[in-house]
Amino acid sequence: MLLFGVRRLLQSLPTVLAAALTVFVLFSVIPGSIATSMFDDGRGMDAEVMERIRKELRLDDPVHVRFANYVGKLAVLDLGVSFRSREPVAQLLAKRLWPTFQLVVAAMAFAIAIGVPLGFVAAMRPGGVIDAISMFGAVSGLSIAAFWFGLLMMYLFALKLGWFPTFGYGGWNNLVLPAVTLGVAPLALLARTTRAAVLDVVNADFVRTARSKGMSETRVVRWHVLRNVAVIVLTTLGLQFGALMGQAVVVEKLFSWPGVGSLLVDSVFQRDIPAVQGCILLIVLFFLVVNTLVDIAAALIDPRIKYG
Amino acid sequence: MTLLAVEDLRIDLAAGDAPHAAVEEVSFEIARGETFGLVGESGCGKSITALAIMGLLQRPLSIGGGSIRLDGRAIQDLDAGEMRRLRGKRLAMIFQEPMTALNPLLPVGRQIAEMFILHEGASWRDAQRRAIEVLERVRVPAPERRARDYPHQLSGGMRQRVMIAIALACSPDLLIADEPTTALDVTVQSEIVDLMRELCAANGTAILMISHDLGLVASMCRTVGVMYAGRLVEMRASAEIFKAPAHPYTRGLVASLPRLGSRAAVGQRRLQEIAGVVPSIADFPPGCRFHPRCGRMTEICRTDAPAVRTLPGGGLVRCHHHG
Amino acid sequence: MRVGTNTVIGGTLFAIAILVGILAPWIAHTDPVMDANLMLAEEPPGREFWFGTDAQGRDIYSRVVHGARISLTVGVVAQLLNSMIGTALGLSAGYFGGWWDDFVTGLTNLMLAIPSLIFALAIMAILGPGLTSLLVALGLTNWSFTCRLARASALSLKSQGYVQASRVLGYGDIRIMITQILPNMLGPLIVIATLGMGGTILAEAALSFLGLGVRPPYPSWGSMLSEARDQITTAPWLSVFPGLAIFLTVLGLNLLGDGLRDILDPQSRSRRA
Repeated sequence: MLLFGVRRLLQSLPTVLAAALTVFVLFSVIPGSIATSMFDDGRGMDAEVMERIRKELRLDDPVHVRFANYVGKLAVLDLGVSFRSREPVAQLLAKRLWPTFQLVVAAMAFAIAIGVPLGFVAAMRPGGVIDAISMFGAVSGLSIAAFWFGLLMMYLFALKLGWFPTFGYGGWNNLVLPAVTLGVAPLALLARTTRAAVLDVVNADFVRTARSKGMSETRVVRWHVLRNVAVIVLTTLGLQFGALMGQAVVVEKLFSWPGVGSLLVDSVFQRDIPAVQGCILLIVLFFLVVNTLVDIAAALIDPRIKYG
Repeated sequence: MTLLAVEDLRIDLAAGDAPHAAVEEVSFEIARGETFGLVGESGCGKSITALAIMGLLQRPLSIGGGSIRLDGRAIQDLDAGEMRRLRGKRLAMIFQEPMTALNPLLPVGRQIAEMFILHEGASWRDAQRRAIEVLERVRVPAPERRARDYPHQLSGGMRQRVMIAIALACSPDLLIADEPTTALDVTVQSEIVDLMRELCAANGTAILMISHDLGLVASMCRTVGVMYAGRLVEMRASAEIFKAPAHPYTRGLVASLPRLGSRAAVGQRRLQEIAGVVPSIADFPPGCRFHPRCGRMTEICRTDAPAVRTLPGGGLVRCHHHG
Repeated sequence: MRVGTNTVIGGTLFAIAILVGILAPWIAHTDPVMDANLMLAEEPPGREFWFGTDAQGRDIYSRVVHGARISLTVGVVAQLLNSMIGTALGLSAGYFGGWWDDFVTGLTNLMLAIPSLIFALAIMAILGPGLTSLLVALGLTNWSFTCRLARASALSLKSQGYVQASRVLGYGDIRIMITQILPNMLGPLIVIATLGMGGTILAEAALSFLGLGVRPPYPSWGSMLSEARDQITTAPWLSVFPGLAIFLTVLGLNLLGDGLRDILDPQSRSRRA
């Protein structure tokens, strides 16, 4: 199993490198993109600042040298220094890592805790009332703009009812609204996926065999259905994690949550290139690690993945 | 001694307003330890008859009438809990596709062990041990190692042996085998058939063998029932049915069996086939259901469904012009 | 061809959205950008201003209606771009195989490793705000699923008898791809495109909300919500209508996509994903 995990991690290495290259190309190579992109009020950067940037980023060196430099620095986790705060980017990110991690984990926990059982219940009586309502709810959940939902929640629960603070970071109270906002879409997706998976599995041949053995329905579910549904659901989880990260950026900004996502947005506005590059790379890395973990978990349950 | 008595069984297929009878007026008996074969093309209703006996019919299929008696006790209307107690313990079934009939995520040993947990209250450790014993009995080499394997690691023949192990683990009175060898290589088929025959003979387990392969069924079973379009059209001792098939459909089936070296002898140059196709449930022809494809059809066949007639040499047939 | 409830409801919602977008200049009450009356700022919904007015005194209803134009244009065009890129890449990769397939697969894996919204964000950062950059950013970052699907279809279809026959008859590769393979994968492609359009509209709204997409004073539903956020205590109704518009449009597309999937792609195993 360890070997499998290591193998999967190594397999993602080329993708990580490719992502690093892409980020590099986007931000460091496209001529003038950094120094002259017009933003906000349309003012360009003044010559002095531009010169300083050119020197700092060694824009005059040939491309391959710059890239080698870049990768070399990455290897020792040197992500450069933020334009705005003059802090090493790596340090900036380190501070922001935990809040984002908290938010994402809380959102997923919320989504799984409600979405999976909901899918199960809907599948028990397909075509029934609960099924129709929950599946319509699921489609709606997938159609809602997360930030709109967050805005409404903010209004209702923070401003009107005063149950939670509108923004800020610190205690459990602060985590609830952002986590629920971020978790709505995954919840909806999980509900649908679980429902489909349960319906598939429950009609499968091996479940018929289990019944022919004289197994009670509860045992059939416990011994055979759960496992097989879990594999399908896990795969979906892994796939849609990327979308979750994207949404996290928006939700963090909405709730002023001090995570990597809001740093990314702020850095983009401030044209803080090293910070932007660092954030993107970190997010990609995070995503790849999560995918590998999901793959390992799936392989633990489904023996065909390892051997097949 | 009659073990299983099916009488006038009717299975309904719910479709829109009125249900269609997918299977109708099916009656047969299986004695203790006897092997009985049910033959017919796909869609004739033999598989769902088996599922009905096991109580495994699911919507939109349901038992619409008739009775199924196990040792004299009617079981077609039993509640779920009672029926469950019979399954595995007294009635067992193996299916056509061993690959999909086993849970791909669990080792095969565990899937066999489940039987002992369910019916004999064994502990997991005991159950696993006995599972290995059963694997040995179905002649799986290196059973301790095999027990830890997953279904996808085994060959088709091995998987079917595992299915047989599961089915016979608790010594049931009746084993229903639904096309057990159809998905297997020809060389493996006879091994599996021999295995089944041997184990069941040793345990006194009766076999209900379902297949479209008339030759297989005839060689293994003492009595053979032929089904067509949901009805039992002939039921004879297997020796008789080959020698002198009574129903035109059976005759067609027997004639269509390719036989080595028989071309010159019988003067045939092509494989015989029965013209036409099996009707779907919604389109069962009136009168005798076989009449559109029958060489002996006359007016009465179009209008009157033939009643069951006893043949002089023993056996039953449903035809106006049999013999 | 049985058309289910999903298709009907979804299709209707989407059709309404498109109609609103097309007819915007005629059904709006005021000019969405210019007609601002500070005296009437932050009026709640009423008889004259159906959805109320915003902090600048502009009629929300008219802005929402015009916003349909922007959001739908971006959604449709960007999705079209995505579908074309994905189909072209996937189809050719599956059909030709070899190094081209390896390259496309690697590229697709890369695209999948970078969350599409973040990639779009990065591109917007370079190109600057505006409609064209938005189209480029959204149109170039969401083609991975289409590509995978197209590639899988091409792989399975290229060994079909009629394709082999065409080759023997001397048909050119491109002709075969377009006339023989493409039509057989249209069903699932349409389904993905429909569902993808919903996602693209949501992405545009998110980017505009962040200030990186369509910028004020132009009425994108997303940027309207961004403005609404600042006024949430004084004018909460501002937060309702643009979001509702997004919701109904995307819901329509999702329902339509689901419905189409049942018709065009019945054995889709990647259901609800």
